[in-house]
Amino acid sequence: MEAAVEKLKDLFPVTARSGGKKEKNIGLWALYQKEMADHIHSKRFLLILGLVVVTSFASLYGALDSISSAAEGTDFLFLKLFTTSGNSIPSFVSFIAMLGPFVGLVLGFDAINSERNGGTLNRLLSQPIYRDSVINGKFLAGAVIIFTMVFAMGGIFSAVGLLTIGIPPEAEEVGRIIVFLLFTGVYMCFWLGLSILFSVLCRHSATSALAVIACWLFFTIFISLLAGILAAALFPVEGWEGLFNVMSNYKCELYLNRLSPYYLYGEAVTTILNPGVRSIGLVTTAQLEGAVAGYLPFGQSLLLVWPHLTGMCAMTLATFVLSYLKFVRQEIRSS
Amino acid sequence: MAGEKEIIIRTEGLTKKYGEKTAVDHLNLSIFQGEIFGLLGPNGAGKTTITLMLTGLTEPTEGVAYIGGKDCTRDTMEVKKTVGYMPDNVGFYPDMSGRANLRFTAALNGLDKKMAEERIEELLYRVGLAEAGDQKVGTYSRGMRQRLGVADVLMKDPKVIIMDEPTLGIDPEGMRELMLLIRELAQKEKRTILISSHQLYQVQQICDRVGLFVDGRLVACGTIEDLAEQTREDSRCLTEVCVEPADARFMEILRGLDGVYSVGREGRRYMVGFGSDISNKVAEAILHEGYTLISIRPCGNDLDEIYRRYFEKAGHDDGSSGRKVKRFISRNR
Repeated sequence: MEAAVEKLKDLFPVTARSGGKKEKNIGLWALYQKEMADHIHSKRFLLILGLVVVTSFASLYGALDSISSAAEGTDFLFLKLFTTSGNSIPSFVSFIAMLGPFVGLVLGFDAINSERNGGTLNRLLSQPIYRDSVINGKFLAGAVIIFTMVFAMGGIFSAVGLLTIGIPPEAEEVGRIIVFLLFTGVYMCFWLGLSILFSVLCRHSATSALAVIACWLFFTIFISLLAGILAAALFPVEGWEGLFNVMSNYKCELYLNRLSPYYLYGEAVTTILNPGVRSIGLVTTAQLEGAVAGYLPFGQSLLLVWPHLTGMCAMTLATFVLSYLKFVRQEIRSS
Repeated sequence: MAGEKEIIIRTEGLTKKYGEKTAVDHLNLSIFQGEIFGLLGPNGAGKTTITLMLTGLTEPTEGVAYIGGKDCTRDTMEVKKTVGYMPDNVGFYPDMSGRANLRFTAALNGLDKKMAEERIEELLYRVGLAEAGDQKVGTYSRGMRQRLGVADVLMKDPKVIIMDEPTLGIDPEGMRELMLLIRELAQKEKRTILISSHQLYQVQQICDRVGLFVDGRLVACGTIEDLAEQTREDSRCLTEVCVEPADARFMEILRGLDGVYSVGREGRRYMVGFGSDISNKVAEAILHEGYTLISIRPCGNDLDEIYRRYFEKAGHDDGSSGRKVKRFISRNR
């Protein structure tokens, strides 16, 4: 084994030498710390944090109100806290699905263009740091903030819920909640990546904020309309051919919808928080025949949403990589 | 003279094109250790692009630049460790205090905390911001920000300092202080300083050598005396005379003097061109004719005069740039 390593080192002398003493990336850490401090002190972030807290508690209140009727005959009572909606108040999950994009937006929409407009970008880059440290540091700080916030929120929400209903969650429920929070973090990171991408592309921060809001509207509302129209156009369900098309039509609409991170997140989270969901997508009666009604084990639920997690991670990475490439290649002097 | 000193900044055929437009055209420049070099030219002459290429912030299309023997494009990290760059319109984070901004720069440079604090104190005192150090930068005036910029550049204790339009938008007093500071940096601390500017007057006070740029080309380079020598036509001189009362008769008197071949008038100022120095004769004539002499000043050795003469000579083949430069000079007078 060691001989093989030595042989490899002979093949790549430069990498071997630099690999010996690992240089600490000073610039990245300094930037990361500064960005963290900026986020925590910024009024914008406090505002969105306040909004998230208020809506969470509103949804908790709504859920507690109607949980007694929803709880009949369920085993996973604790998870119901997250998914039950009150009379007029949406559930925690749907609130987060709506607000998540805003968290990403607030943290990232002026990441690069404010530096550029404020004249700090070229001063920053003339320090001995790598150029990518700037964008890496910003994304990293945003992601850490997001995950901290999400897990803190989840913790507080569960704690308050636990105090009120008095039924402790089972280990499986805790596991499901943690996976749900992980999903939420990744979902928000996607929006963070998207807003950083627009902050690289647009010169003004107002433009980039509007662009992100436009994307949010498109993905939450319009893509489902569009998917329906497209599916109907490609596979019409009227008349006798509708009999053959009904399956393709449904699949087409579903796949188009799944392009939206909003839909993807909603589907995944519903599955993970509701063990009663046994499959996603189309199920024929033939497939259901002879099936024993019951809950899906945690592992199987996880398996069901694994593609969703992969897809969301891929989307997040794609937006980040795009902004990374664009930023590194961009001329410093944009005027 | 050049041979004795060590060359610290050197460019060879440095070229930068933005699309069709050539911002910098085959620049060959050598700057010596410890000197103050002025990059002069009208707006859009490519000065900022040169500074960006030297600091490795922009890749040249062609050619190479070295600072202290290191390639500015390939060895950017090493270059950035020894070169301090102050961009034009230097910006700071408005929500952080001046001190915090400097602390951040120190962190980016990997200075250790104790040393950084000491240096921040020293530099804030030096640029006269010791009291304002804890205010947010958002409340600073333009001059204060510029001075903080100087402190920021000095945080990493650079061997070479590149300043892009450092004098832009500062009041005369602030300008004088800044110039003193810059001169001190070069003379006492032996730093090499490259200043780009379009304000000729300020720059000529402190620069050892200057390079004149137009449309990306270095059209002249040397000490101010050298340039004056290069561009002086047939040893003609120009003197500006102010007298009281200023009237048309005085022009006739000037025309009548021996050796004078041209007289121009702009309000109270008379521009007299002559072959050899006849300041004494002019002065005598003024007193003799009952005028009061207010001032008599030889022109031609300051930079804007050199500039103008240079482009009067060179401007014929390229009308557009000639006009541009003339407009530029008249604005700066």
